[in-house]
Amino acid sequence: MRLEPIANPGFARSTLPPVLAIATTVVVASALAMLAGANPFAVLGLILKGAAGSKFALLETLNRATPLIFTGLAVAVAFRARFWNIGAEAQLYAGALMTVVLGTGALPWEAGALLPVLALAAMLAGALVLLVPAILKVRFGVDEVVTTLLFNFIFLLFISLLLEGPLKDPMGMGWPKSERVVAEARLPRIVEGLRLHWGFALALIAAGVVWVIERRSTLGYEMRAVGLNREAARFAGIPVNAVLIKTALLSGGLAALAGFSEVAGLKGSLTLDLSPGFGYTGIIVAMLALLNPLAVVAAALFVAGIFVGADSMSRAVGVPTYLADIMLATALLLMVLAILLTRFRVVRE
Amino acid sequence: MDLFDILLSASFWAAAIRIASPLIFATLGELICERAGVLNLGIEGIMVAGAFAGWMAVYSGAGLWTGVAVAMAVGMLFGLVHSLLTVPFGLSQHVVGLGVTLLATSSTYYAYRLALPEVTSPPKIAAFKPWEIPLLSDIPLIGPALFSQTPLTYLAFVLVGVVSVVLYRTPLGLALRAAGENPAAVAAQGLSVTGLRMGAVIVGSGLMAVGGAFLTMSAFDSFFFEMVNGRGWICIALVVFGAWKPGKALLGAVLFAAFDAAQIRVQQTSLGADIPYQIFLMTPYVLSILALIAMSRRAEVPAALMVPFNKGER
Repeated sequence: MRLEPIANPGFARSTLPPVLAIATTVVVASALAMLAGANPFAVLGLILKGAAGSKFALLETLNRATPLIFTGLAVAVAFRARFWNIGAEAQLYAGALMTVVLGTGALPWEAGALLPVLALAAMLAGALVLLVPAILKVRFGVDEVVTTLLFNFIFLLFISLLLEGPLKDPMGMGWPKSERVVAEARLPRIVEGLRLHWGFALALIAAGVVWVIERRSTLGYEMRAVGLNREAARFAGIPVNAVLIKTALLSGGLAALAGFSEVAGLKGSLTLDLSPGFGYTGIIVAMLALLNPLAVVAAALFVAGIFVGADSMSRAVGVPTYLADIMLATALLLMVLAILLTRFRVVRE
Repeated sequence: MDLFDILLSASFWAAAIRIASPLIFATLGELICERAGVLNLGIEGIMVAGAFAGWMAVYSGAGLWTGVAVAMAVGMLFGLVHSLLTVPFGLSQHVVGLGVTLLATSSTYYAYRLALPEVTSPPKIAAFKPWEIPLLSDIPLIGPALFSQTPLTYLAFVLVGVVSVVLYRTPLGLALRAAGENPAAVAAQGLSVTGLRMGAVIVGSGLMAVGGAFLTMSAFDSFFFEMVNGRGWICIALVVFGAWKPGKALLGAVLFAAFDAAQIRVQQTSLGADIPYQIFLMTPYVLSILALIAMSRRAEVPAALMVPFNKGER
């Protein structure tokens, strides 16, 4: 078989493959639900209801989507320049760590001054964590996929070390957990009485800012050029290495905001289970969004909905929550294939 | 006990070889994929799937070798998914690989929960026992290290030789390496680049799964979550460290495992008691990164690694 580009894809060509990809994912999920002895319609219905069936469910989905928007943006920015940052998890924890270090009383400021400083410090920490693999890449040619992946393990152990040592909460009953941040370091709720904090708004703003950077700035243009063809970009006089470093700093900073927002907005302290893999899930979010910063918001809501919905479904009918992860992996693999098939046709030889 | 005593103890070298074994399987698997031009980031998830599948088969009553075969078959199945998407369709090997890792890991955990819904601690199986090779296992130091291991360890070492011979001494190996260096030349010979690459990924994934199965069927005797714990990613580093050559990759795996075995032992000394245990747990990952830096300038990356091949395109 051979792939042949389609000059003018029609309506059916550009919509059918993605629709089929989603449909197949639903079929796979139904089959797995049946395997678990549950009624597939009930399971899918419960996931939908758990994700968006009530005000509480919807707010829970928005809360869960918040860190995913940040990590999704981090991955989207990096992948656009074909810099494979698989280390958003470590950068998230770097941001959370900075928030806890500076937010537990070290800075005796008003919330209006403290929160921006915490956010910026978190971004700086995340950027620095990704700077190491970026320098190793441009300086020594070390593949960033492996280094960023390994950094996740190293950094989580580093956090564990701190939580059992210098950062350990003396009132924590022996749990590896940091002290709670001060009241001035807590992100307030957007509407009083509704469990949704300003981190969500910050995530939306971040998506807008990243969109502007990508579409309207020189850096955005250079990032896309480097991503499309590194050699051609270099030939055109674009400082490829500098662009990669800048991309890494931006990406690491965005991922770190997820950690800042989770600590300052939701949890209040740092624990080893702060992120159930938000950094890795950000990759799925970014890919489903085709690396478009604005679409990242929609993709994060979709992914968060599936996770929140699956949690509540699992409590009701006992089908393991890993169903959500399988659905997302299936959706990811089928969607990248579907997108290809909107532009290419398969020709038999 | 100081470092010198550790290095001279037979149990240390026996442990190093044991720790190296799953890495050897998986590194060989990744090496085969990459030599044909495909980066397989599904490795981490495929190892998880292999660890579970082999163990589950034995737990359900199959023999140990049947369990190994089941693990291999499951790995090959995920390899088929990976290669179908990355080779004929030429999709991003990064995205597909991570997707396969997620798919393999989550479906394994789902299957585990379905198969054993009510257990708090996973049940044990009767794992592989060491085979003492007569006479040779009596040699001091080398005997316990090399000749009283489980059969899967012997298989790992034999496979290094087999893969070397196939890669460098057979027409198939030549074609496979060419698919990773200059696929257009392979196609000009009338051979199928797609077939070669898909075959390499499927077989390679099978070996990764056997590496995972080593953990549940030879190193330990039960399956638990997070058991692979980044070993797959370490194997990707080992392929680079070994300059895409089976012999050097074996050396890298053993060297790496020796460091790992040493850090476990240093942890238990008086010196180790003063250092937080997380520092020791970090060393394998830090070592992998250092190895990558050390090798970065010298490595001969297969020229067509991660470059999809679409026949008729120039």
